[in-house]
Amino acid sequence: MSTTTPSTAATRIADGPPPQPLPGPAAPPRRGLRRLGVSRALLWPALIVSIVLTQVPFVITIYYSLQSWNLLRPADQRFAWFENYARVFSNGSFLSSLLATVVITGSTVVLSTVLGLLFAVLLDRPFRGRALARTMIITPFLIMPAAAALIWKWSMFEASTGMVNWGLGLLGLPSVAWNTDVPVATVILVLTWQYTPFFTLILLAGLQSQSRDILEASSVDGAGAWRTFTSITLPHMRQYVEIAVLLGSIQLVQVFDPVAIMTRGSGGTKTLAYLLYERAFVGLEVGEAAAYGVITVLVTIVIATVALRTLFKVFTEGTR
Amino acid sequence: MHVKRSILGVGVTLVAGALVLSGCAGAGAGNTSGGKTTLTLATVNNPQMKDMEELKGEFEKKYPDISVKFIQMEENDLRDAVTKDVATKGGQYDIVTVGAYEVPIWAKNGWLSDLTQATSSKSYDVNDLFPPVRAGLTSGGKLYAVPFYGESSFLMYNKDIFAKAGLTMPERPTWDQVATMARQLKTPTQDGICLRGKPGWGELFAPLTTVVKTFGGNWYDSKWNATVDDAKFSAASQFYVNLVRDAGEADPVSFGFTECLNNFSQGKSAMWVDATSAAGSVEDPKASPVAGKVGYARSPVKETKESGWLWSWNLAIPATSKKKDAAETFVKWATSKDYQKLVGQKLGWSRVPPGARTSTYSIPQYQKAASAFAPITKQIMESVDPKNPGVEPQPYTGIQFVSIPEFQDIGNQVSQDMAEVFAGRSQLAPVLAKGQKLAQAAGDKQK
Repeated sequence: MSTTTPSTAATRIADGPPPQPLPGPAAPPRRGLRRLGVSRALLWPALIVSIVLTQVPFVITIYYSLQSWNLLRPADQRFAWFENYARVFSNGSFLSSLLATVVITGSTVVLSTVLGLLFAVLLDRPFRGRALARTMIITPFLIMPAAAALIWKWSMFEASTGMVNWGLGLLGLPSVAWNTDVPVATVILVLTWQYTPFFTLILLAGLQSQSRDILEASSVDGAGAWRTFTSITLPHMRQYVEIAVLLGSIQLVQVFDPVAIMTRGSGGTKTLAYLLYERAFVGLEVGEAAAYGVITVLVTIVIATVALRTLFKVFTEGTR
Repeated sequence: MHVKRSILGVGVTLVAGALVLSGCAGAGAGNTSGGKTTLTLATVNNPQMKDMEELKGEFEKKYPDISVKFIQMEENDLRDAVTKDVATKGGQYDIVTVGAYEVPIWAKNGWLSDLTQATSSKSYDVNDLFPPVRAGLTSGGKLYAVPFYGESSFLMYNKDIFAKAGLTMPERPTWDQVATMARQLKTPTQDGICLRGKPGWGELFAPLTTVVKTFGGNWYDSKWNATVDDAKFSAASQFYVNLVRDAGEADPVSFGFTECLNNFSQGKSAMWVDATSAAGSVEDPKASPVAGKVGYARSPVKETKESGWLWSWNLAIPATSKKKDAAETFVKWATSKDYQKLVGQKLGWSRVPPGARTSTYSIPQYQKAASAFAPITKQIMESVDPKNPGVEPQPYTGIQFVSIPEFQDIGNQVSQDMAEVFAGRSQLAPVLAKGQKLAQAAGDKQK
């Protein structure tokens, strides 16, 4: 297998439609060619560094994935062909983790988009203390994920002293054993809290880039606030929502902290990142963990290629 | 185009970078310079270890040609870093703290230096170490690590709550008695008992394995056949789950050692079965409103006489260390009788590392400082039997764990599935059936 396969494949597909012929002279003069050679040579150091940093570890990981190797059983290390891959696909952990990742990432993105849009619309209006409100609403995104998970675990979701159950009690509702009874919802809730500000920021930028003239024109034409919002603002926001969804998904797919701190991978919250960690650091199965890693990279390349392609389309549409 | 490529480059770098599971663990090997030996010690960041770092100056004063560099890590990070270093013969560390679970496994792999000779001197008095603790650190008649501190488990109960309910705790309660009292003491604002439910082989399965063993079950029979789905294992697990659901904490998946400590110290749990080392925190008047109001009893039993577990944090010297002599000197110093006295004099008698040496419990100042729990701790530490803790004989040494490499993985996976049982989303039988399969696969490797 060629060492550069992942990146070239990704690059090729992500490039999108074939480049349009550029305007200008059809054949560059010779001097230009030589200069091109020099600038290419200047790229080599960076290229070598990135190959060493990305492709070599990947090849080593592939090598490890073909070994049967438990760190605590050094005497039993041997070449195992595709045993690890067979195990990955036969024991069912991979698919259930993939599902957990999709459910957690997907729900968080949807919730954060809806809430983010709501907050962005509210923060877009002029009112006293708007700057303060904006700063405060961004705070959750600035807190370290592990710290956020700890805050939620101890102060918010604690079954007997947590504020959420206290609030439910005030409303006359029974308290909930969050991590035991609704682990997936618990993780989604924490992530939504943390990522809504990120979505708000991007969507707010979108709202502020709206042309005031058009909004004014629509009100002159007699469109109400709701009509203006659905017919003018929302279509304008489409590409911002797309960017927010894409960037948010990329970050959320790697989620680890709330799972490790709050649910410990129980109750359908074992995401791919957590599964990988467990196989490597709890199971100490180097070979199996490497196989999970390789498969995750392949899946990520496929998804990222599609996602990045969409992302660039959004960007290029944005500059049109 | 350039922008695109560089973004892609970053993306690919991140993906591949995240995959380097066997990355370097960082440099840090000590050097010998100018006749002075520098030892690198990797340790868990428990309070007792921090005290050791605080006192290392005393050691360096006594042995001017040796200096010690401490690297403190959280338990899981330490396990990971040290395992990687020792397994790959990295040789970064001259001294490591190793848990009781790993010592026999590592010794078998030839990763640890034999300390039998070094600890044979009369002044060190190796016979003073608690015999069960020492047994767990011995493999093939050789001692591979020495305990820095050790613990068993016992039952702690809130005397105020018991007095108010008119209940008395027997000195040696049975699980049935404890369960009855716990259910009686449970109110909407107060738990009858706190028992760990948090997934993890060292969380849920520490207490649960002791319950399984006193119910007559075990992970394996004497021939390494897994017995996870048999009647005894399942009766014990069902008992544990029912007790927690009826009288325990509301959110068991969240509750490990720390959370139970918190609840019990705040007076929100009437009972708590956990590590004897918890008593130090429970009796600390600055941190615990229940200090002075706590009673202690033997860990509850059913078919066995004892059911306390046995754990120790130990000092060991990796086989790869090139400074074994200096390392032995430090290891002996830190686990000596004199060190215990030094901690008492310099830092306070309640901070003496417990559960390693019998003589600790005859120091008058320590007896006074830890009067509430020291005598019972000593009795338990002397009477637990890590070679034969259950009803049937077992093929390994260990009470709340099975000392095979795969156990932490099996324990972790089964405990995650147990969370489903706590939540009522799954029955116990399929969980144990799955555990049986995992355990059998590991057991077959032992045969």
